[in-house]
Amino acid sequence: MEAFGLLFHGFTVLLTGKTLVLMVVGLVLGIFVGVLPGLGGPNGVAILLPLTFTMDPTSAIVMLSCIYWGALFGGAITSILFNIPGEAWSVATTFDGYPMAQQGRAAEALTAAFTSSFIGSLTAVLLITFLAPGIASFALRFGPPEFFAVYLLTFCSFVGLGREDKHKTIISMALGLLLAGVGMDTVSGTLRMTFGLNELLRGINFLVAVIGLFGISEILLTMEERLALRGHAASISLRVVLKVWRELPRYTMTLVRSSVIGCWLGITPGGAIAASFMGYNLAKRFSKDKESFGKGRIEGVFAPETAAHASGTAALLPMLALGIPGSGTAAILLGGLMVWGLNPGPLLFVEHKDFVWGLIASMYLGNVVGLVIVLTTVPIFAAILRVPFAAIAPMIVVSCAIGAFAIQNAMFDIWLMLLFGVVGYVFKKVGIPLAPFTLALVLGSRTEDAFRLSMIGAEGDLRVFWSNWLVGSITTLAIVLLFWPAIGAVLTRARTLLWPARGGSAA
Amino acid sequence: MATSDNEIIVDDPDAPDSASPSVVSARSVNIAVYLVLLALSVLLAYDNWQTGMGWAPEGPEAGYFPFYLSVMMGAASIYGLGIALWQTAGADESFVSRDQLRRVMQVFVPTLLFCLLTQWLGMYVASFLLVAGFMRFVGHIALWKSLLTAAIFSIAMFVTFDVAFDVIMPKGPLEAFFGY
Repeated sequence: MEAFGLLFHGFTVLLTGKTLVLMVVGLVLGIFVGVLPGLGGPNGVAILLPLTFTMDPTSAIVMLSCIYWGALFGGAITSILFNIPGEAWSVATTFDGYPMAQQGRAAEALTAAFTSSFIGSLTAVLLITFLAPGIASFALRFGPPEFFAVYLLTFCSFVGLGREDKHKTIISMALGLLLAGVGMDTVSGTLRMTFGLNELLRGINFLVAVIGLFGISEILLTMEERLALRGHAASISLRVVLKVWRELPRYTMTLVRSSVIGCWLGITPGGAIAASFMGYNLAKRFSKDKESFGKGRIEGVFAPETAAHASGTAALLPMLALGIPGSGTAAILLGGLMVWGLNPGPLLFVEHKDFVWGLIASMYLGNVVGLVIVLTTVPIFAAILRVPFAAIAPMIVVSCAIGAFAIQNAMFDIWLMLLFGVVGYVFKKVGIPLAPFTLALVLGSRTEDAFRLSMIGAEGDLRVFWSNWLVGSITTLAIVLLFWPAIGAVLTRARTLLWPARGGSAA
Repeated sequence: MATSDNEIIVDDPDAPDSASPSVVSARSVNIAVYLVLLALSVLLAYDNWQTGMGWAPEGPEAGYFPFYLSVMMGAASIYGLGIALWQTAGADESFVSRDQLRRVMQVFVPTLLFCLLTQWLGMYVASFLLVAGFMRFVGHIALWKSLLTAAIFSIAMFVTFDVAFDVIMPKGPLEAFFGY
């Protein structure tokens, strides 16, 4: 197995003192970000990105991905102890996690959450280790038409499979693609959509938009809500950990089922949120004792956490192999790659072996170290919630501004960030999803280039997208997914079986 | 139930009242958002049409791709606008209540001032003022705590970014005084 050798090489890249320190720093920052209200995975990664600008790419990605793992772990702490899901994908964890905490079994619930996060991530990392190199080497044969077809597939699946209103997804995506086109046109060198503003010549930076959309707008939204909280302090003893781990084999089926769902939804843009709910509902459906769910059943913590983390991690597979992010956070990591001067896509596996395998190795090590950190330091992180939001909010604002400025050393970007903050706030309240926007903004120029290069190659003949079986099947699949709701209407019955909670209104 | 000695309780006395009157309805904001998006689509479509949205001998012109995207966005906006105008059910649903808006403005206005001040005073002095001011006046935290936290935070940021990581931030008179 070639993958083992390369993975081993990845570990040797990783096992330097400096990288290990960065890893721990990243994990701690990430858990911090996951626990704090008004911050989450994508925001945390976006805000902390500037710290990595002067690092070498491998250290940078190790630290950033560890922030991501940390945030995933951190979300569970507030869900279980305070009934406040730090992230949307932790909502399902509160169903059984919080009742457990109320019964004085907080430590058990937390151990279950962290352990299943670890199992979910590990499954997805294994998938990445063995699948990503193959997909990447296959994708090396891709020309511009194939790449355009893959991008089209990504966008179409967002529209077709997303749960939001279709027209809202289309608006969000079109706006993202349009903003990505502002400035100098990369193919012809023509200026467009700058309206005579010098600051717009550079274009609209992806990271500036993300910091505004996720960082600033999240603060505005958080302030709207009641910030009072009431919960339980908990510390985890080794005895509890071992007790939960001994019970683990009994839930093998739940863990396997959730991991598979998570991996699948992570690779397709279904996302961790859908995965966690599906994991929970399936566990409930297959359980002999359905009534006990929602009343503090440990299985109700295992199922959503495993699925959410498998999904969050698997989202990195298409990013590494094809340069297409499977989630909002993956899109930001992708933005980071470009800042460090790496070209995302299948060539990454050939040209930057150290980087790719260092990252994959860090996924293994980061999850192990992360598990140890969260199990030992829960009381400290739970106490962070005592810090008043009035102290945290301005610090987050300052961090966002520093991040936005640092990207291009431009004051204009700070104003742009503020504008995107307001846009994000309004969009979230109106129900226009931000993930398609983020994805479109980061993929925009490459999508357009692929389209135009294909057109130039084919002399304007659109049939180039069906010119061979490969590109033809991807394009056809894209169109099928775009009209999936119509096709899926036939399958609605199957769906009501899968989501008894949603179908319950009819019953 | 849980024992009370290991409970964590944080209060929020200024929390928005759920009975606070609505400032604007969700429907009005929906309509406004779609109108703005529609205007933006028209503007961008026009700009790209001027740039050239046709086919040059070597392939699509610079405005081709964005032009059709503007058309798509415009069409989706019109569709959304239609739905928003048509749907009268739940028309009085609130977009934001007065109390909520007050809280949002409590963050937004200081942030705006912070951005303005950054231009004249530099990032770190502005950040000191923002953190201290926000903690004192919005959070009602003791003055000495606010000042101390703000000072520690700003200095920590300066050391982290400008000194340790070489990420240079805008500077003002104070930094100039210390020779940075």
